[in-house]
Parts: sequence; structure tokens; C-alpha cells
Amino acid sequence: MPYNVKEVVANKPSRFTSGHRMCAGCGAPPAARMIMRALKPEDHAVVAGATGCMEVSTFIYPYTAWTDSFIHTAFECAGATLSGAEAAYQSMKKQGKLPKDGETKFIAFGGDGGTYDIGLQSLSGAMERGHDMVYVCYDNGAYMNTGIQRSSATPKFADTTTSPAGTVIPGKMQSRKDLAKIMVGHHIPYVAQTVGYMNFKDLYEKAEKAIYTEGPAFLNVMAPCPRGWGYPTDMLMQINKLAVETCYWPLYEVIDGKYKINYKPAKKLPVEEFLRPQKRFKHMFKPGNEWMIEEFQKEVDARWQELLDLEEITNK
Amino acid sequence: MSIRERLSGNEAAAIAMKQINPDVVAAFPITPSTEIPQYFSTFVANGTVDTEFVAVESEHSAMSACIGAQAAGARAMTATSANGLSLMWEMIYIASSLRLPIVLSLVNRAVSGPLNIHNDHSDAMGVRDAGWIMLFSENNQEAYDNTLMAHRIAEHKDVMLPLMICQDGFITSHSIENIELEEDEKVKEFVGKYQPEHYLLNREEPIAVGPLDLQAYLFEHKAQQAEAMKNAKKVILEVSEEFEKMTGRKYGLFEEYKLDDAEIAIVCMNSTAGTTKYVVDKLREQGIKAGLLKVRVYRPFPVDEIADALSHLKAVAILDKADSLNAAGGALFEDVTSAMYVKEKYVPAVNYVYGIGGRDTKADDIEGVYNDLSEIAKTGKVENPYRYFGLRKEAK
Repeated sequence: MPYNVKEVVANKPSRFTSGHRMCAGCGAPPAARMIMRALKPEDHAVVAGATGCMEVSTFIYPYTAWTDSFIHTAFECAGATLSGAEAAYQSMKKQGKLPKDGETKFIAFGGDGGTYDIGLQSLSGAMERGHDMVYVCYDNGAYMNTGIQRSSATPKFADTTTSPAGTVIPGKMQSRKDLAKIMVGHHIPYVAQTVGYMNFKDLYEKAEKAIYTEGPAFLNVMAPCPRGWGYPTDMLMQINKLAVETCYWPLYEVIDGKYKINYKPAKKLPVEEFLRPQKRFKHMFKPGNEWMIEEFQKEVDARWQELLDLEEITNK
Repeated sequence: MSIRERLSGNEAAAIAMKQINPDVVAAFPITPSTEIPQYFSTFVANGTVDTEFVAVESEHSAMSACIGAQAAGARAMTATSANGLSLMWEMIYIASSLRLPIVLSLVNRAVSGPLNIHNDHSDAMGVRDAGWIMLFSENNQEAYDNTLMAHRIAEHKDVMLPLMICQDGFITSHSIENIELEEDEKVKEFVGKYQPEHYLLNREEPIAVGPLDLQAYLFEHKAQQAEAMKNAKKVILEVSEEFEKMTGRKYGLFEEYKLDDAEIAIVCMNSTAGTTKYVVDKLREQGIKAGLLKVRVYRPFPVDEIADALSHLKAVAILDKADSLNAAGGALFEDVTSAMYVKEKYVPAVNYVYGIGGRDTKADDIEGVYNDLSEIAKTGKVENPYRYFGLRKEAK
């Protein structure tokens, strides 16, 4: 059945409830809600959260925004924690300790801090061991929960509290890590990069595939942060759109090693369009800093070309 | 009928785990406990157990996976030593705060640095306030027996705390000694099934575990943990009594060896107790009234019972196989002396830090301690309560 946002929202009740304390204009909650909607209504889920914005805002004792089972242990180990829960499921199912009918799915949520950085080892281990689970990184490009410190997902030149745009050093001087590619290197059956765009079609369909692909799957979801990126809260969807239309955040998936770009803009917008509305890049627009925008554009172009090449090579 | 065997301490622990047949084992190798997951993997590979073995990429992940598994509704076990436990440290606290009765086999080894693979108790002492029940084992038999009793204690509804069974790295983990094993069926019946009240995999009652727990409730939750630890003492005694009925092997909170009529005594844990018993026997032959108190249950610490058991002595020496580096004495020394102070039982007490990094503990060393105690008993005075034995003379 072709995707229809109205039908999805009407027919599948939200499993991630309102009343949580995430910021207005944050990209993570709509993504989480849509990912949870991709579960079949009859299936139960065990969700693991890495310490971070989403965890501390959705599960403050004695309240929870998760209608499925949820576990949080620490910052760096959502992958390992969920591995244990999934292993318990396999073991208990095999031994007849759980009811025969009904499936449980395993989904982890971690920010880029808990995923690209402190939790990379735990994620890598979980993916390599082949647990039947989905790890979702909601990538907001810095440690937002502790107050906007740079991460390895922070784009070059971004102004963060530990890579401030100073008079000598103009923001973060390193390029961001390509985590999706690292996950592809684990030879897992499903890796995808997505964002809430075009009625969430791409995000929803990828979540559904990730959840219902047997074995480990990884979703990298761009989740803009109004505080860290410095855009007005009502601009969230516009920022998502610009990230895709400039090819800063291409929508693609890698199924059993084969790359598929899900959206190729007919006219790729200059990356300035994505950078300009964000305060974290403000210094790049000062006279004399044109080189920064040029360099940023070069990197976006090179990465886009590389993706096109990978699509071609892996589908030969 | 018990089965007579000859096994190392690691084999004994692995066989106990096999008989318990936990749902999940998640472990990462580290000397000297590596053999436990190795043996256990063989049981998994040969289908002798129903366990899912999660070959994690670190000890941090081992404990994280155990937490995930136990919270999901499974029985989860692991084994580690030294730096492995240090790497787990963050998760050790989380396991107990989530009230998950995970069972860990800790083969004691010196924590780095510098790097050393041999026995002392610095790993265990690093988690003594983490909310885990801690049982110490003199030999392979005790390591085996404590493991068989572990789940009954940890999973008791008034307890619901994780538990670690300690034994000395190499000294007992790698020494082959006689052992009496129980039959599989008897163990299965004794250990029983794990029936958690609330668990993640119960789709009829989804739950959320591990919240952000702020000023409004954290204190109450910590107080509940403390209450559970207090409850554990009674449960340990009940389970030990039932175990004795099955096996004939008696366990209490601690073992008193010729302590009743002793004038001087040593307090220690794990394998050193074996050496000490040998020395006690030798001294008794000479008419010296020496005794031993071997701590089995270190957490919860049996404050009242230990204070009472030592109260009649003329002098007591507490041996710590880990230094607290606090310029005051080891952890066991502080636990014992504060227990006695609170109970208003004054006995001249002296502390010896010993055996660090696998330094051999000889009968002569222990005899030296009793000689010192005889002197202290005469005068009632302790010049320097914080001492070492077995230290190289030139290094002092």
C-alpha cells in the first residue's frame, strides 16, 4: 500500500505520547513518534535509550512517554543493553518461557554523542554480533543535552561551546564522521540515512524496513536542534528540507551492501541556503570568510559524488 | 549423593553455571577469570545449556547486556576480574539500583596500575559500596557452593539485588582440588525458576526501567536499596540452612575456626583463611590460643555478629588484601573496627595489608601476625595499627 501520512497517523496511534519535555522545534520527537508508528500494531517493542536529550525528557520518574517497554541504563551502552534484552528474548522464546504468539521488536535511540562517540564501541559490538534490532541515531550534530559541545558528528566550522568561533579558530576545524558508512562496513543487512521530510514518507518507510529486516539495522536520522543550531522553532521542517535539497543530508539506504539514493534533487541548492538560517554558521557569512562557505560546499559536493559513485559501483 | 571430582576454582564456577542453566551469559575474557566464559561457551556450543551466550566486546558491555537481559526477564550471569570489573563500574551501580539480581563470578585480581595479573582484593574493594551482595570463597568448593546459593539469595523478593561470588585469582581459580558436586537435578530443584514480577518482555504489562530520577524520588529509591541489603542477611542465612540440608555443608555469615576459646585471632577472607587454619592448628599444638574468623558475607557486612564473635579476644588482627591508600588502614579493618566501636566492644586491633599483586602469603607470615598479637595481648597496646607484611625489606 502506498504511503499516506493521513492514514498512518489516523490508523496507527502514537506509541510515543505527548507530555514529554523535549524542546519545541526539536527534530527528534517527530522522528521517534514516526519510527514507533512503523511498528505493526500487534507487535510489542522493547526500546532502549542512551542517556541524552530524548531519554532525560521522556522518562522522568514517575512519568514515561513510551507506551512500549523502555530501558535506559547509561550514556554509552544502548547497543549493549538492547543486545542483552534481545538475547533474553531469543533464549526465553526458544525455551518456551514466553507466549508463542506475538512478536517483540528491539529499537534503540541514541543521540550523536551516545552513538558516534562514547557509544560507538557498544553499537559496533551489537551490530557485529547480529542481534535482531534497530539502532536509531537521532543526529543533532553536537552534545546538546550537556549544552552544545562539539561531537564527531558536528559539521566543520560549526560554532559550539567546545569549538567556539573565536578570533583565531573559527569554530570546529574537523569534518564530521560518516557513521552510516561505518555501519555499512559492518556488513549488516540494512543501513539508512533519513530525515523527516515530504510527509515523513522516507523516514516511515525506512523505519518499517529497518524494524522488519531480520538482523541488525541502523538508521541515521538528522534531528535539528533549535538551541544548538540557532533557528526559529517553527523552521524545523524547512531546515530538514534544506538539508536534503542541498545534499548536505542525502536520503539513501544500503540494503545488503547495495547503495540506493532515495532522492536526487532535480536542482541541487547551494549549501549556503542550509547554512544561512543557522546561528552556528553565522561567522561563515562575515566578509573575508567566504572561503569557509566554499570549503563547506566542496565537501558536500565531494560526499554527494562519492555517494553517487557508491550507488553505481554497488549496483553493477 | 554428591559427586566427587577434582576441579579448579574456575571449573567449579563454570560447572555451577552450567547446572544453573541461566538464560543469558554475557562475558568478556580477562585473566584469571577467562576460563569461566571459555568453559561455558563449550557448554553452549554442545547444547548442554539453553543459554544465549553474548560474546560482548568489553566488560562494560558485558554488564550492560546482563542488565538488559535481566530487566527483560531473564536470568543473566557473567564473570570477570580486576580491570574488567573496573570497566564495569558504572554499570555495577546501575545493576543494583535497578534491583536486578544478576550474578557475577569475580575472580579476584589486582587492579592496574601498574599492570599485574595476580591476586589481591583491590577489584572487589572498589565496588564494596555499589549495592551488590558480596560472598567470598576460601576454595573451589566454596566458590561452587556460593554460586549455587546465589540466585536464591539475590532473587528473593525482599532482596532483589545483584550478587558477586569472589574467589582468589590463580590461588583457587587455577588450583585443582577435590570437590563435591551436587547432581544436576538437585541443583535445578534447589535453584528453582526465576519468576520476575515485572519485566520488559511482558507484553501484557510494558514497563519503563532506568528513569531520570531527580530530587523528588532518588533518595527514597536509594533507601529502598539499603533496606534490601539489610534484608539480605536473613535471606542468606535461610538459604544457607536449606543448602546445608541438601549437601551437609554448613555456611553462615562467616566461619569461626577455633575462635570460641581463642585469645588472639585473625580476620581475613578467601584463600588466606586456608593458610591461617594451618597456622592456627600448629599454634594450638604449642598451647597458643589462636583462632580465625573468615568473612564469607562481606556485603551486607555482619556488623553485630562479627563484633560479638570477636568481643572476647585479647587482640585481633584484620588482614586486608587491598590497601585503601587512606593513610589509615584497609577496608575490612575499618569495617571490623567500626562494628566493634558501635557495639562498644573494645579489643586491641591491628591491620595488616598483605599479598598485594599476588605476593605469596606464607604460613610464616601468618605466624608472624600471631606472634605480634601475643605481644599486643600482653600489653593491650597497639603502637602502629596500620601495617604491612610480606613487603620486601629494601623497598620499605
